This record gives sequence, C-alpha cells and structure tokens, in this order.
Amino acid sequence: MTAMLELAGLEKTLNRRKVLDGLTLDVAPGKSLVIIGGSGVGKSVTIKSAIGIMRPDAGSVRIDGEDFLALDRVGRERAVRKIGMLFQGGALFDSLTIWENVAFRLLYADSVPRKEARERAVEVMRKVRLAPDFANLRPVELSGGMQKRAALARAIIGAPKLIFFDEPTTGLDPITADAINDLIVEMVKELGSAAVSITHDMASARKIADEIAMIYQGKIIWRGPARDVDASGNAYVDQFVRGSADGPIQAVV
Amino acid sequence: MTPFQQIGRATLATLREAGRFALFAGRAVAACFSPPFYLSQIWRQALQIGYFSLPVVGLTAVFIGAALALNIFVGGARFNAESFVPNIVVLGITRELGPVLAGLMLAGRVSAGIAAEMGTMRVTEQIDAMTTLSTDPFRFLVAPRVIAATLCLPLLVIVADIIGVMGGYLVATRSLDFNGAIYIRNTFNFVENADVILGLIKAAAFGFIIAAVGAYQGYNSSGGALGVGRAATNAVVASAVLILASNYLITALYVE
Ligand SMILES: Nc1ncnc2c1ncn2[C@@H]1O[C@H](COP(=O)(O)OP(=O)(O)OP(=O)(O)O)[C@@H](O)[C@H]1O
Ligand SMILES: [Mg+2]
Repeated sequence: MTAMLELAGLEKTLNRRKVLDGLTLDVAPGKSLVIIGGSGVGKSVTIKSAIGIMRPDAGSVRIDGEDFLALDRVGRERAVRKIGMLFQGGALFDSLTIWENVAFRLLYADSVPRKEARERAVEVMRKVRLAPDFANLRPVELSGGMQKRAALARAIIGAPKLIFFDEPTTGLDPITADAINDLIVEMVKELGSAAVSITHDMASARKIADEIAMIYQGKIIWRGPARDVDASGNAYVDQFVRGSADGPIQAVV
Repeated sequence: MTPFQQIGRATLATLREAGRFALFAGRAVAACFSPPFYLSQIWRQALQIGYFSLPVVGLTAVFIGAALALNIFVGGARFNAESFVPNIVVLGITRELGPVLAGLMLAGRVSAGIAAEMGTMRVTEQIDAMTTLSTDPFRFLVAPRVIAATLCLPLLVIVADIIGVMGGYLVATRSLDFNGAIYIRNTFNFVENADVILGLIKAAAFGFIIAAVGAYQGYNSSGGALGVGRAATNAVVASAVLILASNYLITALYVE
C-alpha cells in the first residue's frame, strides 16, 4: 500500500541555520502519527514543507503517491483537496463569519451554493461541538478554544484523507484540550484519514497517536508505536518524555 | 562603507524591489484575466474602495476647485485675463488635479488599508490557510482589489471633476462676481473630450497602482505588528511616488 504522506531527505535552511537536515518520514493511510520535539526544532517547518507553504531546499514530498513539489498551481490546488490543515494559531479569516470560514473550501473552491454550504458547515460545526448559534459570529467574538474548534471544522469539512494538526491543544485548558483530543481521534476514526499532529503535550500525544516520531537537529531520531515511547531506549526521547532539563538535550534559556 | 558603496547598495536594493514588484504586478494581472473570478469579492471591494471613498474625494475636489478659482483670478488679473477662470479651472481639474489628488488621497485611504489587511492575513497565516483550502490568494484577494480599484477610480474622478468644477463655480459666482450661466457655458464650451479622457486614463492607472502596491506590501509583509505597520507606511509612500511619476509619464505620452 502506498503511504499517504512520504517525506524523503528534506533539507531547509532558514536564516543561515539548517533547520531540516535530511528529514525522512512516512505515514500510512488511516494512521495517526504524532511528531514531538523541542521548541524551534522545525516541527512546523516540516509540516509547512509537506503542504507546499514552504519550499524545501532539497528532498521530496509525496502525497498519496504523487510527487507534490513537481506539480503546478492547478495540480497543487487539486492535490491539497486531499489535505486538511489546522494551523498553530487557528488562522481563521477574520473578515468572514464562522460558518463562512468553515465552509470556505465549499464556497470558493468547489462552488457549492451558499445555502447548501451553510447547512454542511453547521453540520460539521455540530460534530466539533460548536453550536449553530455561533455560525454568524466573527472569529474575534469567539474564545480561543472555540476558535480552535472552528479551525478544526474548517480543516475537516472536505473529508480529507490526510490531516495535519499543528499543536491542536496548546494554550487550552486541560478539559478543552482533552475534548479536542477526543475530537481528533474521532475524526481520524470516522473519516479514516491519516493524521500528522505536532504537540509538546505528552498526554495529548499518548491519546491521539498510533505512532510517535521525535525530531532533533533536523532529523527524525526515533520513531515507534505510541505505547513504546516510555521504553524507547533512546536517551533523547526519554529526556523529552520525562520533561527533564538533565540529559543530552540542552535547554536553550 | 564608502559613500559610493552606499549609493551602489541602495541602487541595487531599489532595482531588486522594482523587479519583484513587476513580477508581482504581472501575476496580479494574469489573475485578473483567468478564472475563477470571485464576483462577490469584486463587489465587496468596489464598495470599500469606490463608494466609501466618495466623501474623501468629494471634499478634496470642492476645496481644490475653490482655491484654484481664487488663484487663477488673482493671477489672471495681472494681465487682464480674469475671465478665463472657468476655462482654466475645468482644464486643471479634469486633466491634472482631479485624478492626481483623488489618487493621492486614495493612496492613503485604500493602499494603506489593503496593505494592513493583507499584511495581517499574512502574519496570522490566513494567506497560507487559503492555499490549503485550494484557493489561490492572487485570485481571491489580489485580483478583486486590483479590478475594483482600476474600475472605481475613473468613476470617482468623474465625480471629482464635477464637484471640483462646482467648487470653482461657487467661489466665482459668490465672491468673484461671475455670472453663473456664463461660467457654466464657458466651462462646457472650453473643455474637450480629450481633457476628460486623459484624466480617466490616469485614474485607471492610479487605481491599478494603489491596489497593486498595497497588495504587494501586504502579501510580502513579515514580522508581526511591526511588519504590518511598515507595510502600510511603505504602501502609502510607494504608491504616492509611483502615482506622481506615472502622472508625468502619461501626460507626456498623451500630449505628444
Ligand atoms: N518563516 C521563517 N523565516 C525564518 N526562519 C524561520 C521561519 N519559520 C521558522 N523559522 C526558523 O526555523 C526554526 C524552526 O521553526 P519551527 O516553527 O518549525 O519550530 P517548531 O518546532 O514548530 O517550534 P514550536 O514548537 O515552538 O512551534 C526556528 O529556529 C525558526 O526561527
Ligand atoms: Mg511550531
């Protein structure tokens, strides 16, 4: 079976620092992979390279078997229909209402009539437990947790086969964070999508991951089933999981 | 660094920026002429850029027309040519002041607004999010603004022409003892289609500049609130300079 996402030998230099240095990673259809790693190691850069927001200096990106970097604009627009992305900061369009945000892809890429798009948006909003009363509000009128739900709804409305979540629970209270975790697990199960999530939060990682991979110095240094993360036999992973300042990784203060 | 090196460096930076802007503008034009066309966005921008600019443009025009009439009266009196006030007012407004002042006012109002809005969308990753939703930011954001501004500015300038002439008329009839009917007749007899058309060509060019520069600055902004502020300032300065430079160019080409 071809992998849903295949990153091979990704390299990216930003501000004269080699952020990605031969990063290789793949995700099978219907599987949930969680990427862990310290702040600034290039987790977001990895995802941005995978979805075409950043162009890697070297390496290849395959989505559902297709060479993504070789596609032109039209090809990419078609290929990203298989993808959903939840941005670290939500990235909701603040000039549009919540339902227009959620239905953006239907309205503007798929030319679905507004009435139908709205109905489908409200349906997906219900799935992420966002009441229909919020449909006509603007993003600024929602709390951070609700914005995250709206962004999640926008990411999944096209039933993508591959979903990226960049720190879905950061900045949320533990209860909302757990609710978001549940939603992610549910979405992945329900849609049968492959998921790639980034998190610093080990509780969240354990809950949503089939597999966990750790990035350090621009490479994947460990990868394995989620249940093995406590017995990885890798000093770097151990230190990260324990959340300790003692170990091979130097905290940057 | 020696002064020569500094001049060289500044020149290269300016050229590089000009080249990048030219590429951006080319992409923007291409996006204006290829589907999908987002009519609802064009309409929304037309309201924002055209309709809501009416007060600014109207106020500017009425005062400029009035001041122009006074100045021409005083200047004309030096060689007994006071009666040419209506002719020169309408010429000055339609060919030059209407489009240039409307353009400069909108460089402040519209170009900065576009830069700030798109800059915020850039730094909060809304533009990136749009591409992940299979929608091209050039077609959804840039093209509607460019189309709306290029079409709306000529309309605004027609309004500015009329109001500017009215401003001159009011001053001339109220405080300079002109006869209203004669003033109007002189205005219409004197002005030629070519004068108005020159003004409208300029207006369309200025509209394009205003939207394209604002979008360019916003699209390429980075570095948080500071970067967005810088984008807005740069948009005003760059579009004002480009408006004045192209004003001269268009006039020179047209006069030939
Ligand atoms: N657009 C950019 N321009 C320049 N440098 C960048 C850019 N984006 C990221 N970087 C740099 O790349 C490195 C990795 O950034 P990235 O955002 O991937 O970190 P991260 O692993 O997601 O961290 P965090 O957990 O804090 O979100 C950082 O050193 C950052 O300074
Ligand atoms: Mg990040």
